Amino acid sequence: MEFLYDIASLINSTLRISTPLVFAAMAGIFAERSGVIDFSLEGKMLMAAFVAAVGSYFLGNPWLGLLLAIIACVSLSMLHGFASVTYKGDQVVSCVAINILIIGLTTALAAAWFGQAGLTPTLNEDQRFLEVNLPFAESLRDIPIVGTIYSDILSGHYIFVYLAYLSVPLVFWVVFKTSFGLRLRAVGENPSAVDTAGINVFAMRYKALAINGVLIAFAGAHLSTAVNANFFREMSAGRGYLALAAMIFGKWHPKTALVACLLFGFTDALQIRLQGVELPAIGEIPVQLIQAIPYVLTVVLLAGFVGKAIAPNAIGQPYIKER
Amino acid sequence: MVSPILELTNINKSFGHVHANKNINLTINKGTIHGIIGENGAGKSTLMSIVFGLYQANSGTIKVNGKEINLRSPKDSIINGIGMVHQHFMLVENFTVLENIILGFEGELVFGKNLEKAKKDLKDLCDTYKLNIDLNSTISDLSVGFRQRVEILKSLYRGAEILILDEPTGVLTPQEVDELFKILRSLKEEGKTIVLITHKLIEIMDLTSEVSVMRQGEMVGHTKTENTNKEQLAEMMVGRSVLLRLDKSEVKAGEVLFSVKNLTVKDDLDVTRVKNVDLEIRSGEILGLAGVTGNGQTELLEALSGIRKVESGEIYLEGKKVSDNQNFLDPRELKDKGLAHVPEDRQRMGLVTDFKAYENLIFGYHDQQPFSKSSVLNHRDIISHSKKIMEEYDVRPQSPNLITSNFSGGNQQKIILSRELNENPKVLLVGQPTRGVDIGAIEFIHQRLIDMRDRGAAILLVSVELDEVLSLSDRIVVMFDGKIVGEKDNKNVTDRELGLLMAGVV
Repeated sequence: MEFLYDIASLINSTLRISTPLVFAAMAGIFAERSGVIDFSLEGKMLMAAFVAAVGSYFLGNPWLGLLLAIIACVSLSMLHGFASVTYKGDQVVSCVAINILIIGLTTALAAAWFGQAGLTPTLNEDQRFLEVNLPFAESLRDIPIVGTIYSDILSGHYIFVYLAYLSVPLVFWVVFKTSFGLRLRAVGENPSAVDTAGINVFAMRYKALAINGVLIAFAGAHLSTAVNANFFREMSAGRGYLALAAMIFGKWHPKTALVACLLFGFTDALQIRLQGVELPAIGEIPVQLIQAIPYVLTVVLLAGFVGKAIAPNAIGQPYIKER
Repeated sequence: MVSPILELTNINKSFGHVHANKNINLTINKGTIHGIIGENGAGKSTLMSIVFGLYQANSGTIKVNGKEINLRSPKDSIINGIGMVHQHFMLVENFTVLENIILGFEGELVFGKNLEKAKKDLKDLCDTYKLNIDLNSTISDLSVGFRQRVEILKSLYRGAEILILDEPTGVLTPQEVDELFKILRSLKEEGKTIVLITHKLIEIMDLTSEVSVMRQGEMVGHTKTENTNKEQLAEMMVGRSVLLRLDKSEVKAGEVLFSVKNLTVKDDLDVTRVKNVDLEIRSGEILGLAGVTGNGQTELLEALSGIRKVESGEIYLEGKKVSDNQNFLDPRELKDKGLAHVPEDRQRMGLVTDFKAYENLIFGYHDQQPFSKSSVLNHRDIISHSKKIMEEYDVRPQSPNLITSNFSGGNQQKIILSRELNENPKVLLVGQPTRGVDIGAIEFIHQRLIDMRDRGAAILLVSVELDEVLSLSDRIVVMFDGKIVGEKDNKNVTDRELGLLMAGVV
């Protein structure tokens, strides 16, 4: 029974830890499928975390904080589009600029407004998202297996966790079952084909970036107004890059990207769980070794299991219409 | 009943300082096949891109069926019944035929009813014009000829009444060209209007009823095809009379200078591209290597010039083994032994296009006297050498200090050719010597190659232009799927026979 509880709690943490990765990977799919590299997922996630926390603190409502975070991230996406789509600048440089800008900006603004470098005030219960208990979670808990799955794994998460996993089939549907998705994929593969079909290539890329901004805002708000109750310096901690890696492992496909995100989330959950645990016959594993698990797995995945990742054909290339 | 379907009046278009179209007037009649002919860079493609809405004209009016229309994007053109098959196909390679065709014309937000209707409509169109296309196949699995049909089907599905084809035969085998012409004729019978852009005179004579000629951005003549001939059209294109047939002396083949035995070569993806090839080239002869692009010619040429590793087999220069799997000479050592190479892709392998002309003119010889002494370049001698050689090879403009990318394709080719021929090589390997080169320069380049041959060089000519292989070569070998599938004496061979070999039918 103890063992079963351990497994349930491990899966529960995996779902929670993977949430920002899933949002970011889905955001990345929209940008990169349209042919625009998005290295700035990290910066935008950080921006969203900051704006959501500050907005929620001043306005007293986490939903308003989320809305402001969406506006901030869409604006950053438009900035990226302005530099790299309209003015055909180098997409990676534009992303790196955004990432550096946001690290400095969030730290400086926090210092100016709250007197603490890179830290915002703690949010009270009204100002943050709380865990959602699914109906009958308490009464069903005692049913073997089913009860454990329902009450200990599925119930009791923040709203973002549910939204993240719902977003995956939605993204799949949009990308593969709608005319918008067809145009999105085409514009990342061969923008000339899209142009000669009478569709505005630039408008398509801006639309994709706008959706990208909305999705990444959820990841940031999840960090600062749900799992934590404030923003702190560099709290995105590389999740944007990890999500980008997951998206590439997933070959720019929502389903496989989800699997990659869950795998990253699982190794992270596992390393937290294993810290300080005595294993039979081995004893306690040094914490440094455990913390290395996610990275080792990343390298192994990259080296062997994934096969060749084929990026959208026109990725990274600005569309130039006239000679 | 002749009525104009498309009328262009005083069209002007400039790109920066280049005036690509000057006061163009053109009337195209309904239900005809109208040819537009001109050299590369004459402004044909620009003009048609304006008609298709890809570029916007600086001034001028366009009328379709007598009504003036404003073309801001391809969408406006498509709505007005204009379709275009581009030289480089506008297809998404990892999409299916169906996805490519409905792109932009899905007619619904979520795929459903309209998709089913589109499938049915497309099947009907395929049957009407005997296109024989499987809607569910992926573009990357289709041959070039079929991809072109997909482009035609795409235009028809989008309601094209006027179909513009930009250099449609450049990438096709003679048999595929026949198929294409059949389709175009059946389109005409159904009342469609076809505009054929080409620089090949024979296609104009074969297919069109009317022809317009462009030269240096201007429309220089319109005529009914039956009232003209190839010589007259060529003269209008170039602005002076052109020799269409080469004067070539009888071949005086000597000893074998270059030979290849049982050569096998792999490409970068480890796929065997050249399979057990044997070749022999004698002094004073041109051996033509014909074949459709991508049948191993590129890899063969790279292996012969020392750029690519030999998998198995041997290469001999003047009877001495120069390369096999174990020991091989690099391009520099081969060059020292008298082998020169004019690569297929001149902008990638033949030139550094961002460098000045004089730099490209001495590459490979830059460390030799008089160009350099103790590793320091001798600028004055280089410039005077460049001026001399640019005059000799008629490179225009004659300015050694100009950046190479500012020269036209033909003049870039002359820069490479002058560099390689200046050393009087014993063996010359040439790939696609006149790809993207205008008719005047083609004549010049061909004459230079003949001169080399007459001076006793052994020349291997690799070209996808069958006309070129036929007019220059003394012997012709055909390559298909990495193998030499036939060897013919040029005296008794027809392009039909070669076409069948190129398609791998025989």
